Amino acid sequence: MAPLLQLTGVSKRYGGVLANQGIDLSVDAHTIHAILGENGAGKSTLMKLIYGVETPDAGQILWKGQPVSLSSPAEARKLGIGMVFQHFSLFETLSVVQNISLIVPGTKADLSRRIRALGDEFGLSVEPSAMVHELSVGERQRVEIIRCLMLSPELLILDEPTSVLPPQSVQMLFQTLRALQAKGMAILFISHKLEEIRQLCDQATILRAGQVSGRVDPRHQSTADLATMMIGRAMPKPLPPSDRPPAEVRLALNGLIYRNSDPFGVSLGDINLTLRAGEIVGIAGISGNGQRELAALISGEVPLAGRARDMIAMMGAPVGHLGVAARRQAGFAFVPEDRLGRGAVPELSLSHNALLTAHGQGLVRRGVIRRAAEADFTRACIDGFDVRTPGPEAEAGALSGGNLQKFIMGREILLAPRLLLVAQPTWGVDVGAASDIRQRLIRLRNEGAAILVISEELEELFEICDRLHVLHKGHLSPSLHTHATSIEEVGSHMIGEGHSATPTATPTGAMA
Amino acid sequence: MRLALVRRDLASRPAMVLAPLAALMFSALASLLLFGVLGKPAGLALYALLLEPFLSWYNFSEVLLKMIPLLLIAQGLAIGYRANVFNIGAEGQLILGAVAASALPVAFPQGGSVWMLPAMLLLGALGGMGWAAIAAALRARFNANEILVTLMLNLIGFQVLTYLLLGPWKDPKGFNFPQTVRFPPDAMLPTLIGGTRVSVALLIALAFSLLCHLLMRYGFLGYQLVVSGLAPRAAGYAGFSEKRAIWISLLIGGCAAGLAGAAEVAGPIGQLQRSVSSGYGYAAIIVAYLGGLNPLGIVASAFLMSVIYIGGDNAMVSADLPVAAVRVFQGLLLVFYLVAATLVRYRIEVRAPAPGAAR
Repeated sequence: MAPLLQLTGVSKRYGGVLANQGIDLSVDAHTIHAILGENGAGKSTLMKLIYGVETPDAGQILWKGQPVSLSSPAEARKLGIGMVFQHFSLFETLSVVQNISLIVPGTKADLSRRIRALGDEFGLSVEPSAMVHELSVGERQRVEIIRCLMLSPELLILDEPTSVLPPQSVQMLFQTLRALQAKGMAILFISHKLEEIRQLCDQATILRAGQVSGRVDPRHQSTADLATMMIGRAMPKPLPPSDRPPAEVRLALNGLIYRNSDPFGVSLGDINLTLRAGEIVGIAGISGNGQRELAALISGEVPLAGRARDMIAMMGAPVGHLGVAARRQAGFAFVPEDRLGRGAVPELSLSHNALLTAHGQGLVRRGVIRRAAEADFTRACIDGFDVRTPGPEAEAGALSGGNLQKFIMGREILLAPRLLLVAQPTWGVDVGAASDIRQRLIRLRNEGAAILVISEELEELFEICDRLHVLHKGHLSPSLHTHATSIEEVGSHMIGEGHSATPTATPTGAMA
Repeated sequence: MRLALVRRDLASRPAMVLAPLAALMFSALASLLLFGVLGKPAGLALYALLLEPFLSWYNFSEVLLKMIPLLLIAQGLAIGYRANVFNIGAEGQLILGAVAASALPVAFPQGGSVWMLPAMLLLGALGGMGWAAIAAALRARFNANEILVTLMLNLIGFQVLTYLLLGPWKDPKGFNFPQTVRFPPDAMLPTLIGGTRVSVALLIALAFSLLCHLLMRYGFLGYQLVVSGLAPRAAGYAGFSEKRAIWISLLIGGCAAGLAGAAEVAGPIGQLQRSVSSGYGYAAIIVAYLGGLNPLGIVASAFLMSVIYIGGDNAMVSADLPVAAVRVFQGLLLVFYLVAATLVRYRIEVRAPAPGAAR
């Protein structure tokens, strides 16, 4: 029997770059097929060819043995190909059900019912009447997945689908995917999480530099082997933690309370946290539990009223009433979870994006931008953090997600911050770049910086953090020492069942 | 078959320069057609509109004169537009600038001080800024839409002008015309070129253009405004105050428009009257966009727009065109420019039929 989807010798060129070169791929029904590869290896291009977003320059695509030429996603959907993108394609000003009704026929009431049913069934709970702009990244992805499932496709393409899901939901999603597989559906699963691929997928095609570098059964490969095949070299070993004595407090949250005026937003209640120089503290938790709000409060993008100034202290001084600029002047730096439009301006060059937060590093004198200093800083950032780009004049929007993250991370680290807040440091970043970023954070910690990491990836937090807190429904768990806790204990805090997790915990952070 | 706009990877520089010229050409063709349909001598009209302004020294000097307010105002507006602050109120700000500048010669009709003129220009700038500050305060404090507020303030500004001209500031010897006394020589801008009405304000406008160019190209403040316009959340992340961007944008716009108003009353008009602006505040919006919101481009577009003003006056006489024809030509120019500018950034792609392809 012919495979459901077959690609032979497919190539795609963008200008001078050969993004895909002679790709052969065969996907059968009843399989979950992994596509592995670093950023820029050609995974996204390949998926765009299959989903009809782009057309191949050479090669053939066969669907159920018949050659097809897909010129639009609508045609692909008609054939029975569905795709969940890594970057969401939702209208922020519409509600969940309105977004879904743009593609799925049916009345609003009927769709709402089906959304709830799918949500219950697959652990993808989302309120159909909620406005998309009020949803967290994780919730938005749930909407995307539900929208795809509602069209009951024969082939489902998932681009990094688990990167924003909590462990429990990942397992539920896997159950969903296995159930769909049992029904005969084929699934193309793009992920950089090698453990997940070994756990879920029964075939894997590995891409490197636009070409297929391996076809394996991931269940019979070790994580290290997969990583080596993918990046073409062995993974670097993480740096050992340094044994510095506890130093002065760089960030203190003292009973931080925040009432969110947005009815769909999360309010924060009585948050206590202490972060000292030379340590990394992690904030774990499922997205949509107040991470976004907490980050904006610490960064100063949402300032507190003057009387609440003592709720946040940086370097020992109250800053709750201060804006972003004043906090940055005190030695604070921040890598936000949204790169395009917040951490970087997509339409501006990398040089001008360096200026965004590095203007205090001698890049501006008497109100005049010093082009040479700006270019030097940008080049230092590009070289020092392995940002793959033609040069400082490239537009930020043209960089891949991982490269832009490295650039933003590099820019903030080059500011030599005394206190660094990082939200989702490796979200959507390939494994090579992610381990790079983690090592940078550890090195910065060892040099004496205080680092707060908000992440949904527990393994990452366990790898780099000295202590952990868990955020659940706007409340922070007591401090947990990474060496003295377990994934299970953290997991129970994540769903609000931590045994010692009274929402009003005593101030935490004293090093035991 | 379906047409789609696809963003180009890189907009070509020559195309960016050619876009306004193409727009001009298409506007000329379209108006030829339009004038023909109206039964007017189309060739003659176009000749009067676009060529006659260059054919006599007097006409050309009038072009330079008209260019002064257009250039000043458009430069000020463009800075705000880059920051996504849409000041539509240059008309009102110009009127209030003219009113503020006129206070001195109305109070001291004999003149008598060399400081009167500089003080008038200063008052004019302050008057425009004050009027714009109302919109800035409402936007920064209450988030009131600055487009609506500035637009409505234009109407209020005109009523203020009318009140003054019909009441307290009316020239007692003016046969009841709604205008002030004629200004004394101390209140008048010196002419730049002998035998013409072109005043030194042209130099002020050009110097202001240069300042704007330096600010937007090398100034950190200009950079902050651009970031606020392109990505407001990135501006918030970097700690660039949104309120500051609103205030600065509106104050620069108001200052430029107010200065233009002062230069009009202290220049070609020589007194305060109801027709102190012939729609400069609105035409400058077109000028700003036609110049690509780029200070150097605006110098060119202000010149072009002022050619059309002068040429339009000529065409009304020589080709018997209605007054509205000039406005129509301006409108055509803006529409064609917007099309051209879009095509510089995007290309049109023909696609096979694909119903329901929403993504």
